Amino acid sequence: MDSALFWEIFFKALVLILVLLTGFAYLTYYERRALARIQSRVGPNRAGPLGLLQPVADAVKLIFKEELIPAKAFKTVFILAPILTVVPAILITATVPWGGTVTIGGREILLTIADVNVGVLYIMSVASIAVYGVVLAGWSSNNKYAMMGGLRSTAQMISYELALGLSFVAVILLADSMNMTKIVEAQRGLPFFLLQPVGLIVFFFATLAELNRGPFDMPEAEQELSAGYNVEYSGMKFALFMMAEYTKMISISAITATLFFGGYLGPGVDAYPWLGPLYMFGKIFLILFMMIWVRASWPRIRYDRLMALGWKIMLPLSLALVFITAVGILFEMMWLIPVLSLVAGAVAVQSINLSLRRKANAR
Amino acid sequence: MSTPYALPEVTLDEIKHLVSQRALDGETVLLNMGPQHPSTHGVLRLLLELDGETVVTCVPDIGFLHTGIEKNMEAKTYLKAEVMTDRLDYLNTVGNNLAYCLAVEKMIEVEIPPRAQAIRVILAELQRLASHLVWLGTSALDVAAMSVFLYAFREREIILDVLELVSGQRMMTTFIRPGGIWRDVPVEFDDAVRNILNTFPKRIDEYEDLLTKNPLFLDRTLGIGKMSLEEALSYGVTGSTLRGSGSDWDLRKKRPYSGYEQYDFEVPVATEGDVYARYLVRIREMRESLKIIEQALDKLPLGPVNSNDHKFVPPPRSELGTSMEALIHHFKLWTEGFDVPKGSVYAAVESPRGELGVFLESDGGPKPYRVHWRTPSFNNLEVLPLMAEGLLVADLVAIIGSVDIVLGDVDR
Repeated sequence: MDSALFWEIFFKALVLILVLLTGFAYLTYYERRALARIQSRVGPNRAGPLGLLQPVADAVKLIFKEELIPAKAFKTVFILAPILTVVPAILITATVPWGGTVTIGGREILLTIADVNVGVLYIMSVASIAVYGVVLAGWSSNNKYAMMGGLRSTAQMISYELALGLSFVAVILLADSMNMTKIVEAQRGLPFFLLQPVGLIVFFFATLAELNRGPFDMPEAEQELSAGYNVEYSGMKFALFMMAEYTKMISISAITATLFFGGYLGPGVDAYPWLGPLYMFGKIFLILFMMIWVRASWPRIRYDRLMALGWKIMLPLSLALVFITAVGILFEMMWLIPVLSLVAGAVAVQSINLSLRRKANAR
Repeated sequence: MSTPYALPEVTLDEIKHLVSQRALDGETVLLNMGPQHPSTHGVLRLLLELDGETVVTCVPDIGFLHTGIEKNMEAKTYLKAEVMTDRLDYLNTVGNNLAYCLAVEKMIEVEIPPRAQAIRVILAELQRLASHLVWLGTSALDVAAMSVFLYAFREREIILDVLELVSGQRMMTTFIRPGGIWRDVPVEFDDAVRNILNTFPKRIDEYEDLLTKNPLFLDRTLGIGKMSLEEALSYGVTGSTLRGSGSDWDLRKKRPYSGYEQYDFEVPVATEGDVYARYLVRIREMRESLKIIEQALDKLPLGPVNSNDHKFVPPPRSELGTSMEALIHHFKLWTEGFDVPKGSVYAAVESPRGELGVFLESDGGPKPYRVHWRTPSFNNLEVLPLMAEGLLVADLVAIIGSVDIVLGDVDR
């Protein structure tokens, strides 16, 4: 490997990590302000202009907090768990294309760290590592609440990984590639959320479950488990869990944008490649708002119902979507895909309604 | 240990029966939920035996908020003891005052002027609204619908503002006094209450938009925490919790007090007896309360707000300078209090949580001989194990929310 290539990748990775780590801090600010607006409050507005220094204040507070390790905790695992959660959250963005090719100092640089041909597989495998952090944190704390949080997250991840994987498959079929850049380029005509709208919804919900965000925030359900898996953590170790959650929110939003909203594509992006990251940022911003909005307005689903939803509704639905996509591509009738998938989605919604009605009648 | 205050010694064998044999064998997990826990609505401690996440046994452990109010009241004159009643059920302060004053008035037999009666009803219903808003917010928060909580508390502020307007206090008002009320309401009262009457129907619609038909909310509440009418009656459950199980028992209708018989309102009833039924009952009760307030405010009579019997009711301040008699009454009332004839009474009101009764025994002196509170939360909480066993931890939380307990009311 020539040294220029090494330094190029090194700097790209460095910039990305810096952006993600600042981004996560400001995502907490964004979430708190957006939640506050929805809930007719003000939100943090004391530290700095408009409260913009609030994330800094939080970070300083958390760093200087005492770090408690319970006497009966499994110390090695206890310390390892937050690291195990935070690292995949950052790693996962490596294959996400943040823009097309830009020229800096005569050198053509692709705004992706690793433009590998199995980008999607990479994302899926890294995403499933993160659950270990949660489970191990829950187990090593030697606390019953934390344990229950950890167990819940295992069940949840297993149920949702499948639906998530299958909605990846639909996109792979449409793009005819596992390379993230090629998936973006395949959306020059039509973004995939128009071709596969139900796929987007399934993907969105599966990622909410993957992220432990409301309405699927079971592992840290504060009303039931106090704080769930991170109940014994304090100080910077606790901050690492928060960091993992919010970094992952950004990463997953970036992946959603890439898979369904045409990633860095947008008007004028070919002439001015630097617009790419901006478009990406805008799309991530909107998807993040969706997540915050969902959290603000929906009750939490129950743990066993979540499993039922995952296995009985989401999995068959996403299988059906894969089938529909394949049929559409096989017969070269692209219009068939959105129409049939909307029908499949309607059937799924209807079956949820039916089960609710059964419950209402049975009570 | 022979001091009279020593706790009885309890051996492990004596409390073993609380959990099943499987817990003793280590097959199931024992979990302490509370007293410091986000959704036990205060300091309720639950000893849970869990099989996975299924609740096998649930043993409520109360007493963490014991304030000794009943005993303390025996050491105070009737007027001073009333201040303690505010602290019982801190979400229903006006209702507590009302129950206490009804009991005292039954013994001293004073006439309550109609204006005072109407103001009492308006304030009691406002307090019911405020209490139901707290219930709505917290029980929605228990199923993690966090925005409803803040909306409900936003509206509750408006009601507390009205209480502040009339009494100077937002929560511990002690506004209702034996023989009437503390003083007449200010002129702004009418506008402030009308403002509530105008805004609240829309706001209640908003809450319903967020919850009533929400599939996730339905999923969390339908068929959860079922309680049959027989079970409810045998445990002495009252209030909205009972009405969610199919009874239309409401003291405001069945044993009217403070002139509730003049007002036209309905008692909402649901028959299913689950969390959702109790939710529907309370939401409808909020609308009925608005109806009562509107009627009471429309025909709010003019006139005095206190009984004229200055043996029990302090004379107006303006008379103190001119009337020797008034001065004597004032002095007597604020030093030794008024004597209450010997005997015992029971008076009850329909608090937001159920039948709030006070049993008062007098030995003829200025201080009560014994005060006992029959508090609704205590009885309603007893049914919790029955409703929760066999369900999940998440359901248990929803059920606690739906029973609407106030620990100050349980422990007193």
